[in-house]
Amino acid sequence: MAERILMKGNEAIAEAAIRAGCRHYFGYPITPQTEIAAYMAKRMPKIGGVFLQAESEIASINMVYGAAAAGMRVMTSSSSPGISLKQEGLSYIAGSDVPALVVNVQRGGPGLGGIQPSQSDYFQATKGGGHGDYRTIVLAPASVQEMASLTIKGFDLADKYLMTAMILADGTIGQMMEPITFEDAEIKTYDKPWALTGTEGKRKHNIVNSLYLKPDELEKKNFERFEKYAEIEKCEAMWEDYMMEDAEICVVAFGIASRVAKNAVAAARSEGIKVGLIRPITLWPFPNKAFEAAENVKAFISVELSMGQMIEDVRLATGCRKPVTLCNRTGGMIPSPDEILEAIRNAGKGV
Amino acid sequence: MAIVFEKPKSLTDAPFHYCPGCPHGIIHRLVAEVIDELGIDGKTIGVAPVGCAVMAYDYFTCDMIEAAHGRAPAVATGIKRCRPENVVFTYQGDGDLASIGMAETVHSAARNENITVIFVNNAIYGMTGGQMAPTSLPGQVTQTSPYGRDVNHCGWPIRVSEMLATLEGPEYVARVAVNNVKNVRNAKKAIKKAFENQIAGKGFSLVEVVSACPTNWGMTPKAALEWVESDMLPYYPIGVYKDRSAQEAK
Ligand SMILES: Cc1ncc(C[n+]2csc(CCOP(=O)(O)OP(=O)(O)O)c2C)c(N)n1
Ligand code: SF4
Ligand SMILES: [Mg+2]
Repeated sequence: MAERILMKGNEAIAEAAIRAGCRHYFGYPITPQTEIAAYMAKRMPKIGGVFLQAESEIASINMVYGAAAAGMRVMTSSSSPGISLKQEGLSYIAGSDVPALVVNVQRGGPGLGGIQPSQSDYFQATKGGGHGDYRTIVLAPASVQEMASLTIKGFDLADKYLMTAMILADGTIGQMMEPITFEDAEIKTYDKPWALTGTEGKRKHNIVNSLYLKPDELEKKNFERFEKYAEIEKCEAMWEDYMMEDAEICVVAFGIASRVAKNAVAAARSEGIKVGLIRPITLWPFPNKAFEAAENVKAFISVELSMGQMIEDVRLATGCRKPVTLCNRTGGMIPSPDEILEAIRNAGKGV
Repeated sequence: MAIVFEKPKSLTDAPFHYCPGCPHGIIHRLVAEVIDELGIDGKTIGVAPVGCAVMAYDYFTCDMIEAAHGRAPAVATGIKRCRPENVVFTYQGDGDLASIGMAETVHSAARNENITVIFVNNAIYGMTGGQMAPTSLPGQVTQTSPYGRDVNHCGWPIRVSEMLATLEGPEYVARVAVNNVKNVRNAKKAIKKAFENQIAGKGFSLVEVVSACPTNWGMTPKAALEWVESDMLPYYPIGVYKDRSAQEAK
């Protein structure tokens, strides 16, 4: 039996990354994710790894790009304003097909915003963020345990598909403490014949590059990459159903919002309202299949810590055939179970 | 200018896309000759910039990566920290290294990152068609300083080598030129030293190569080399600005 340890969400990410074989971390301080850097700074030198505080988020993501190209499991972490600065590097990483893990412990925005938890980087994370035709795998943990397990999963997906996997967390899950277990899961490693290792005079040079001056070549490359993305959409979507069997109302929420929403769903059930919850675990690919199965649902409620971003994907997933309402707080505020319960009751009136 | 008679082994057969008379070709050859002489082609990893030398990845036979504009030193840092046994170099222009990438330059120097930086200062943005660079001279006419660089309006050109030499971090900072045979020979010596330093684990070694851009300076290759001598070198004097090991040996 693996032991139960009490850990902060941010530390769970760091420890899980190390267990996944990550030995290179590059970052720049920002609240509320600093514990990840602090943990790495302490641990990496003891295990033959590298922790380096870069001069900016721009530099740190480009260090990640170099390390990824060198064939290493590598990560960086930041929070919203810092993730904005990393977009250039994320686009280059996408265009060069190298694997990386990026953590965004979101805080409220826009601008310098605030340091309280938020989910308002949903669009940035799931729709691109940087320039060009590309996708990012986005994983949304809702517990400290998932901070760990999705970090390990994220490294695996990044290596498997040669792209960025992002952990889209929020300040609450980053800061909260919960007991977790690290199962001694087998860590899969991948051959990286494309990596920059030096030719040793034994092969033609490897080139890691995102420049294609001939439009037909760039188009071909983008088509190929989107075939890969289609495969991911088919195979990698993850979600949790909660009380969905007979649900007529469905709350959709991820991350910290889903935990509050679960309480509200349970309370509504005790009032006899047939309500369930779909909790997307992957935000891209969005778990559309979960909605296909929810054909008896008559109304959806998207619960978000933003002005309503995921709601667009919920509408698409329902084919815009069912009413979808928004129950939200923003700017670092979190809805109470009662606010969500009220939204469920209101939706119930229409059913 | 034919001081190189044979193509170095560390250059591929791909023909250079550079304009006729562009010193980028000479500087590539010098780097490749040094790689050949040190026998390090098999363990070298090069970082190409955004600028005229963006396709350097096609020209060198070693493993190569293409970095975002100005980020080459950060990318090189990432590689070198993963593979300290490899030799990692960047090849960057003045817009790349001294404008958009100045933070990456200064901080990799301050960390004494054990990499080699080849910095090609041609006082202009070559690739985008001749705009003012952070190194364009006072009064220099460019597409974006059509009346000549007015230092009261847009500031003074940056002497990168002098500035970096004020830092405690870097091991070696030197400025060379490639406008005549003698300077080319000395440029090669400095480049070799910058690679040897890395192999010996001494740290950040940058060679600023005062170059030319005949195309965007609107000059013949010959006139451009003369302008290097008459206008560039007085503002950007050749010399070794920092050599920690030599200083410590004294
Ligand atoms: C982020 C970004 N900004 C601007 C550009 C456009 N751009 C391409 S090359 C270049 C200037 C390169 O000049 P320099 O570094 O001096 O190299 P040279 O071409 O003179 O060798 C610029 C601004 C870009 N590719 N990326
Ligand atoms: S534009 Fe200038 S720097 Fe670029 S290849 Fe032509 S001459 Fe050389
Ligand atoms: Mg230039």
